[in-house]
Amino acid sequence: MRESAIVTRDLTKKFGSLIAVNNLNLEVPRGKIFGILGPNGCGKSTTMRMLCGVIRPTSGTGEVLGYDIMKDSEAIKQNTGYMSQKFSLYQDLTVEENMQFYAGIYSLSNKEARKRMEKLKEMTNLRGKERALVSSLSGGWKQRVALACALIHNPKLLVLDEPTAGVDPVSRRIFWKIIHRLADEGVTVLVTTHYMDEAETCHNTAFLFSGRLLAYGSPNHLIKELKVSTLEEAFLSLVQRETGEEVEISFKSFLN
Amino acid sequence: MSLKRLLSITRKEFVQIKRDKPSLVMALVVPVVMLLLFGYAVNTDVENSAMVVLDMAANQQSRELVDSFNNSNYFQVTDYVTEYRQLKYLIDDGKAKCGLIIPSDYAALLKRGGKPAVQLIIDGSDPTVARTLVSTGNLIVKHKGLQHALQVYGGLGLSFSDKNSPGIELSSRVWYNPNMESEKFNIPGLMGLIMQNITIMLTAFAMVRERERGTMEQLIVTPVRPLELIIGKLIPYVIIGSFDFLLVLTLGVYWFGVPIQGDLILLLQLAAIFLICALAIGMLISTVSKTQLQAMQMTVVFILPSVLLSGFIFPRETMPKVIQLLGTLVPLTYFLEILRGIVLKGIGMQHLKSEVIILSVFTVAVVALASLRFKKRLD
Repeated sequence: MRESAIVTRDLTKKFGSLIAVNNLNLEVPRGKIFGILGPNGCGKSTTMRMLCGVIRPTSGTGEVLGYDIMKDSEAIKQNTGYMSQKFSLYQDLTVEENMQFYAGIYSLSNKEARKRMEKLKEMTNLRGKERALVSSLSGGWKQRVALACALIHNPKLLVLDEPTAGVDPVSRRIFWKIIHRLADEGVTVLVTTHYMDEAETCHNTAFLFSGRLLAYGSPNHLIKELKVSTLEEAFLSLVQRETGEEVEISFKSFLN
Repeated sequence: MSLKRLLSITRKEFVQIKRDKPSLVMALVVPVVMLLLFGYAVNTDVENSAMVVLDMAANQQSRELVDSFNNSNYFQVTDYVTEYRQLKYLIDDGKAKCGLIIPSDYAALLKRGGKPAVQLIIDGSDPTVARTLVSTGNLIVKHKGLQHALQVYGGLGLSFSDKNSPGIELSSRVWYNPNMESEKFNIPGLMGLIMQNITIMLTAFAMVRERERGTMEQLIVTPVRPLELIIGKLIPYVIIGSFDFLLVLTLGVYWFGVPIQGDLILLLQLAAIFLICALAIGMLISTVSKTQLQAMQMTVVFILPSVLLSGFIFPRETMPKVIQLLGTLVPLTYFLEILRGIVLKGIGMQHLKSEVIILSVFTVAVVALASLRFKKRLD
């Protein structure tokens, strides 16, 4: 068994003439929280989708949990939980029906399914909401249901694409508490975010800009290396180095 | 292929259908409404066509002739006029569909054994109606003429039996539908057409809906296989479709009075094959389209020509070869043969083998195509 949960070599995705992901080399250690930072359109979601087998890379290779992303994508799927940027559960089903559905899709036995559902309901504090239609829940609750469904099959890797976008600060905090608890249990978490406070709690972060990897390391290491005081400043100085001052200003206003 | 995954899909679809009340009502009510509506609208029978009479003879014999028109179910005398102008006006106006003109020398000629010239004017705007009225009118007049001839000959002390009667007697017999009621022909066809339209529409949205609502992305990252997804989604609709067919069949038998001559069990079995085939076509549309609107458009593009190509309205035998060939690509064509065969002619499997085989091949091919076409990717 390899030490890394994810390894990519020159991973590239082109949409027509647009290069969404450009020769990406990434290594995500097992059992750690790995944050990908970057502005909209930097290739974060595309990278995640390639790793999960939703879209096919144009060139390059990748291994997830030791499986080739081109050849063994079904094996990856059985061991990976994925939460997309857009809420993608069935709004016309209840919380429990959604969980039951995914339990069935991952071929859990009835006993297993019951056990997992109990555990996840406790973990995500969904108890009492089982019979509520997902459409009737607020954003923070929906996101916890999505997380519970993504974890139903006890995956070794959890891939979260901007899980807290548009969620209130309290729900965000609860969500991240759960993420850390999962990492403590040995689950590898790959997460994208816009929020620097979230990124600072990751074990490792990678800065993605225009489809390319700008820097990569633990938040503290990056701050020290770039001689700045916060992760946000680290990001801005990197982008500045890459494109010049003008972008820095527009970028600052975007991040705030 | 995992049964567990397949059944999870089926159960989820059922819950979604149950929650989507308007669509469920649509699926169950529309076939009934369509059959009632079309059952009456697609009626090519001619009954009680309004007739205006210009009787210039105005005696017992001419009145007898008018009566025999009136007593047939085809004509209904609504007006008597005294001038040709008035007769023309009523037909122009659409108040009368036909006019009967009896010359003043009608009775006199008959008595002498001559041939009076009675004129029947028919509004030919609708050729189907006109054709029926012409042939019925001819029959009535011929029959009347024969009666008079008998009277005349009898009056002269001569007699003849049926066998050597003057003129030619045409003996025709119509099979399966002796009264040539168009309902008997149309209702089974309608059942097939309605079943095709409803079922294709049911599944045309099944897959594209997941795509539009974003739930497809979540499904793609799971180990579910295309075939499991497609069959799992088909099952609930096969049940709804079967219920629809029973509903439509019951209505046809008890409301429109079209009895099933053949084996009911065989009919239900073959209908199930057709149902799955039509549902699979809808599923194929759903996997090919990007949006629900596109799926709707493709459904219409498929349904409209199938009405004509399948031989639902016009017999396929009279169509040009190319069109006939196109018709063989429409599964409804075979189902209409099966429906009309079993319901009207009461034929069994030995006459329907080729239809059943072709339908089955179609079904397997379309399901295979849909699951091949359905890529578990978003790009």
